[in-house]
Amino acid sequence: MTEQDFRAAFVEELIKIAPDLEPDEIGDNDHIQDDLDLDSMDVLNLVAALHARFGLNIPEADYVRIATPALASAYLAAELAA
Amino acid sequence: MPSTIRKESGRTRSASLPDPDKTRKSFTWKDAERLLDSLPGGGLNIAFEAVDRHVRAGYGGQTAIRWLGKGDAREEITYADLAARTSRFANLLMAHGLERGDSVFALMGRVPDLYVAALGTLKAGLVFTPLFSAFGPEPIRTRMEIGAAKVLVTTEALYRRKIAAWRDEIATLKLVLIVGEAAPEGCVVLGPAMAAASPEFEVAQTQPEDRALIHFTSGTTGKPKGAVHVHEAVVYHAISGRYALELVPGRVYWCTADPGWVTGTSYGIISPLVNRVTMIVDEAEFDLERWYETIKREKVEVWYSAPTAIRMMMRAGAEAAAPYDFSSLRFLASVGEPLNPEAVVWSNKVFGMPFHDNWWQTETGGIMIANLAAEDVHPGSMGKPMPGITAGILKRTESGVEELDTGQIGELALRPGWPSMMRTYLHEQARYEKCFVGGWYLTGDLAMRDPGGRFWFVGRADDLIKTSGHLVGPFEVESALIEHEAVAEAGVIGVPDETAGEVIKAYVTLTPGFEPCEELERAIRGHTRKTLGPAVAPREIVFRNTLPKTRSGKIMRRLLKARELGLPEGDISTLESDET
Repeated sequence: MTEQDFRAAFVEELIKIAPDLEPDEIGDNDHIQDDLDLDSMDVLNLVAALHARFGLNIPEADYVRIATPALASAYLAAELAA
Repeated sequence: MPSTIRKESGRTRSASLPDPDKTRKSFTWKDAERLLDSLPGGGLNIAFEAVDRHVRAGYGGQTAIRWLGKGDAREEITYADLAARTSRFANLLMAHGLERGDSVFALMGRVPDLYVAALGTLKAGLVFTPLFSAFGPEPIRTRMEIGAAKVLVTTEALYRRKIAAWRDEIATLKLVLIVGEAAPEGCVVLGPAMAAASPEFEVAQTQPEDRALIHFTSGTTGKPKGAVHVHEAVVYHAISGRYALELVPGRVYWCTADPGWVTGTSYGIISPLVNRVTMIVDEAEFDLERWYETIKREKVEVWYSAPTAIRMMMRAGAEAAAPYDFSSLRFLASVGEPLNPEAVVWSNKVFGMPFHDNWWQTETGGIMIANLAAEDVHPGSMGKPMPGITAGILKRTESGVEELDTGQIGELALRPGWPSMMRTYLHEQARYEKCFVGGWYLTGDLAMRDPGGRFWFVGRADDLIKTSGHLVGPFEVESALIEHEAVAEAGVIGVPDETAGEVIKAYVTLTPGFEPCEELERAIRGHTRKTLGPAVAPREIVFRNTLPKTRSGKIMRRLLKARELGLPEGDISTLESDET
């Protein structure tokens, strides 16, 4: 998967949790909490969804690394390549 | 059952209340009033007690608020700064022709202007209502209508997204203040208006029974209730902060609650400032490393947080906390929903002291039952009644109420008369009076008292949902659901969640022409998130052909919940048509 694929997957999971968001309107650097209005429970659900999809355990300390689509796609690509 | 956490005698002696049982016996409200000065010339005003009197006493140079912005921004606001800024805000309100008793609403994140607006409003003798900035347009509008908002203080982004579309329909609204240096048409920019206003203002001569704050809370049916609090509440804010949170002048204190909820106002603005602490205000949402770093860097001494956040820390494990120096901490407290025993034990291990759970609600205005610094902690218990507070466990009977014995589960009730008790529900005196039976205020919570006099939370006596510490009324959520064209009927319940306590789940039936599918589930959920905001919207929606209803057509939420939890269905004699 490329970073682009990871971004698409990330946004797909994001929309499932926050279906009030329009996929086309989500910017690469939009912060999921500050800009996209997710609350902390949403973030936990997103982490669980990414875990289910990729089998990747995202520790609490790494939540900041999935805070925007750009950060998250880079993070997922790096973690899953390892 | 985890074992009792014993307090060492050193810690007991240094507590604000070294012998709580003795004080419980001897306490009078005069003891609490001694923590305050009244207004020069008579009267009582929350903002004067919180800010101006400290400046008069020579503490103007002490930091009142240490504000940490998202990212690395920070601002130190001294008591003298806060006095001047709140005076400017009060003058600004006067300049716009507002009068004593008028209603000022705030809708914004935790930025300095929120604190200035709250205290400036009180200083001017107007009535302050904070709203949670993550609310969607619908809860905001309903609350502004009920509260007859005259002024709204908000940000440009929130105004455009949530207010602008219906602003003109709030007939009472005279003034919209926008934080910052630019504002949309029809609004006033706060920055320049503040700069132009005088930093001197004579505090309004409010009396103890004058209205000060309106906090909205959810009901099981009907609209949200506006609990009215008066300036006399400050007597209780002062003493309860001192006794239950160890707020002693000069200490560094961090309350993580948002002022949009009552904790964030009573113990995130008023009580700490009245007790002249230095308060940390963090604009950002929960972020584990940021929080641990904040405690270490700012040398936080007293930390008041909530079970959801504490459970998130637990999930990250003790290892995540290990690199940080927590030696500045001296007291931890938690509120919002019951703190599970495991979290109490965990915190004792990781921070070297337990989180002290306490219990209260919007209507009580302040902490009623608490685990105090000098007392042993029985993990899972909410502690004992505060000095001045009498609590009981009651059973409702045909003729009124009867008090239950130790060990029996019943409704938690309080003897009215403490200073921060709500004075009415706005425009709903009858609904207010229904809370009182046989000389007791009935809280709607089920609890049990043990032989040691400690109280243990059992559950809600009604259908209200406690999610991430926020009380949500199912009716408000159901109303938003049925606004969606596909939804015919909706029943909303809370289902247990290990982090949030409960999460909101909706059962809906569809109008003809709509078929259940994942896409529709998301469309409906998206709609509710837009109208209600993420904290109040359901996390899960399931489709049903019919919902269980009584003969009078009421959806039986209790039955939905019993089935969801696999519990006995109880008395179903009123069930007319069942769920399919």
